[in-house]
Amino acid sequence: MGRGVITALFATLLTSGVVAEPSQLNLRRGVTDISAQVYDLHMTIFYICVVIGIVVFGAMLYAMVFHRKSRGVKPANFHESVRVEVAWTVVPFIILIGMAIPAASTLIDMEDASQADVTVLVTGSQWKWHYKYMDRDVEYYSVLATQPEQIANKFNKGENYLLEVDRPLVIPTDKKVRFLVTSDDVIHSWWVPDFAVKKDANPGFINEAWAKVNEPGIYRGQCAELCGKDHGFMPVVVIAKEPADYEAWITEQEGIQRKAKEEEQKLLAMNMEMDELMEVGARVYQSACAACHMPNGEGLPGVFPALKGSAIATGEMTKHIDVVVNGVSGTAMQAFGKQLSLKELAAVITYERNAWGNNTGDTVQAKDVNALMTGK
Amino acid sequence: MSNAAEHLHHDEHHDHKPAGIMRWLNTTNHKDIGTLYLWFAFIMFLIGGAMAMVIRAELFQPGLQLVDPNFFNQMTTVHGLIMVFGAVMPAFTGLANWMVPLMIGAPDMALPRMNNWSFWILPFAFLILLSSLFLEGGGPNFGWTFYAPLSTTYSNDSTALFVFSVHIMGASSIMGAINVIVTIFNMRAPGMTWMKMPLFVWTWLITAFLLIAVMPVLAGAVTMVLTDKFFGTSFFDAAGGGDPVLFQHIFWFFGHPEVYIMILPAFGIISQIVPTFSRKPLFGYASMVYATASIALLSFIVWAHHMFTTGMPVAAELFFMFATMLISVPTGVKVFNWVATMWRGAISFEIPMLFALAFIVLFTIGGFSGLMLAITPVDFQYHDTYFVVAHFHYVLVTGAIFSIMAAVYYWLPKWCGKMYDETLAKWHFWCSLISVNLLFFPMHFVGLAGMPRRIPDYALQFADFNKWISIGGFAFGLSQLIFLALLIKASRKQGEPATDQVWEGAQGLEWEIPSPAPYHTFETPPMVK
Repeated sequence: MGRGVITALFATLLTSGVVAEPSQLNLRRGVTDISAQVYDLHMTIFYICVVIGIVVFGAMLYAMVFHRKSRGVKPANFHESVRVEVAWTVVPFIILIGMAIPAASTLIDMEDASQADVTVLVTGSQWKWHYKYMDRDVEYYSVLATQPEQIANKFNKGENYLLEVDRPLVIPTDKKVRFLVTSDDVIHSWWVPDFAVKKDANPGFINEAWAKVNEPGIYRGQCAELCGKDHGFMPVVVIAKEPADYEAWITEQEGIQRKAKEEEQKLLAMNMEMDELMEVGARVYQSACAACHMPNGEGLPGVFPALKGSAIATGEMTKHIDVVVNGVSGTAMQAFGKQLSLKELAAVITYERNAWGNNTGDTVQAKDVNALMTGK
Repeated sequence: MSNAAEHLHHDEHHDHKPAGIMRWLNTTNHKDIGTLYLWFAFIMFLIGGAMAMVIRAELFQPGLQLVDPNFFNQMTTVHGLIMVFGAVMPAFTGLANWMVPLMIGAPDMALPRMNNWSFWILPFAFLILLSSLFLEGGGPNFGWTFYAPLSTTYSNDSTALFVFSVHIMGASSIMGAINVIVTIFNMRAPGMTWMKMPLFVWTWLITAFLLIAVMPVLAGAVTMVLTDKFFGTSFFDAAGGGDPVLFQHIFWFFGHPEVYIMILPAFGIISQIVPTFSRKPLFGYASMVYATASIALLSFIVWAHHMFTTGMPVAAELFFMFATMLISVPTGVKVFNWVATMWRGAISFEIPMLFALAFIVLFTIGGFSGLMLAITPVDFQYHDTYFVVAHFHYVLVTGAIFSIMAAVYYWLPKWCGKMYDETLAKWHFWCSLISVNLLFFPMHFVGLAGMPRRIPDYALQFADFNKWISIGGFAFGLSQLIFLALLIKASRKQGEPATDQVWEGAQGLEWEIPSPAPYHTFETPPMVK
């Protein structure tokens, strides 16, 4: 009966004013045993609050209606009662203990990341995620796939606007997957609501979390900790596949990444033409550099330096390669050496040296970049 | 008491005050300084509110329309800083300046010259902060919580101005707090024993101790940010042996007591207003005092509940969860006491009471979401979403700010000698009440559905609610212009004359002096029975 009333009340609360699907109003139950427990804890504490609210606000409303001066009532003069005061201290305390026990038990389960079947290193950086499978030779960056024109309201927005990435993380279902979470620059927070996993990525430290997903599917989340300008534009997308499908996928990826490395070695022996470098470079620049240095190379004055006409982009070539490959410590300039391939690095540096009127005429080749990286 | 009143009336004939601007620059009078603080807070409230309007305009629909993300981040940061340090805290200090001496029968604050100084450095602090927005690269954009290393290695050079302005705000708050403590300890009228002090005085005394305890911690935190950024230290840089999470521990060791600094005086105000309009003494006076003190003490051992996702040991998470849940007990006692005060009273619904009733209900809703946030496993889902934004705006806007508005309506007739404009006041209350809930209630829903805070653009599923939230925001902002009109009328001394007691059920020394309160009061201390 009581439960029915509360459910009815909650239902009215939800449907009042705006008609929307439940998923837009409440926490999701999620797809792991832990996320279901979290959801149940959430609903329990919510119902406790609703009941206390009904009692307290009910008493208040009663007094406001029946103890009004305009009804001609005479005020009573009582102002203390030890019995009542002890009661409303002790009863909430007991309710809290009742709530604390299941919460503590869920929490202890959540923090036990031992005996994982698969381990993924998740590294945040401004403003993308990097995934590295610790027991396989696979690693890659995952960046926002929504077109800038959608954000600028020039194109229609797609169904998964701001919640889509170029390369989602892929994990197996029914296996305990451990996430090691860290950061290359500022603090980020890796969050997948359907797993009830939100863990801060702290530079210089590694945090642990885990999930055992029950259903295959695509699960979307976002960075949850303010991490600078494009904090709102670094989503998390995870695809959970059946273990056999996962195995097939990761084996294929290993093959692709091995082949790419071999290709890279071949590149060292050849020279690319300016046109090709500029074409590849423009594409790489848009995805890796434009967030800070802006598509027009002018940067954000006072925040991110301009490349157009800059001393580095028009000066000595090795210095320029060094900055792009190794970053600049103590600033927001990241080390792109491990993020981009030799070809991409060569192309983007060529692009920066020749775009926006920088016209140095230089071409940078993969072997130039490799020479700097290997110290030759 | 009639003696005292006559005597005071006599004083009125020879209050000497310089005319014009010099009166306000040089004043050491607690009433003048209180007025300065209150107007300053109101101006800051409008400026911080204008920034909130920018935020809500950008979030009115998905996509980037009006501002770029970097400026959006500056708006969320400076909005937070201004509302916390420029609006809520100075407003409470203004109320303390005006009312504490009148409530304890003191002629003025104990340290009047320091009082002048503690106010007049504030405008410079905010001038520095606001002017940084116009520099190349803009002002602070790392959130009002300025987490390192976003605020150190990755911030721009205007961070130095931010640090300096926070230092000045802190110095001002510490001086104000010292003044309150010294006044209450030394200048109570004969017979005004500790357990006879009005609750507003009690809550401010405890708040002042919290301020003295934690404002230096904030000063330490900003100084470490300054040296990390400009002088090569590595307090918060792992590469140099520091720890970015250390910053959060230090910040929240300040930040959590700070939350109570912004709500304890509100508890005091509500505990003055509810008995007056219920025509019945406050229920459980002693337990109110003890509950306030326990909340203040507990506030020092719950700070890490702001940091559950940073990766603490599970034992620490359990400790901070239990300690945080415990705070709901004394807070509950307060709410129960207010309802018991109303119970079998003879209630009337003047504007201060309407704001106080709205406070009780809406602050309690904020308390409920606070209790939900205390449950660590669920906090992992709520943390850094709009659910948190909803929570702290319920306790700070419909909590702290509603209590300040209640206090202004309650004491304005005593300050000006004229009743406020009843029609404008009703419009102000009802427009604020409806719009504030349209503004903040749906934030619970978008937060639970997964919308992170501090983002300038959002996924399409959040679009409908954000539109309503923005409409509520604009309406709430406009409603405050009604309040501005009302305050201008009141300061021009327009309106019905107020009696000395003003409200039928009002009790206490401040209601025994004439309305408007003379420039000098209680030069001869009253006797409290």
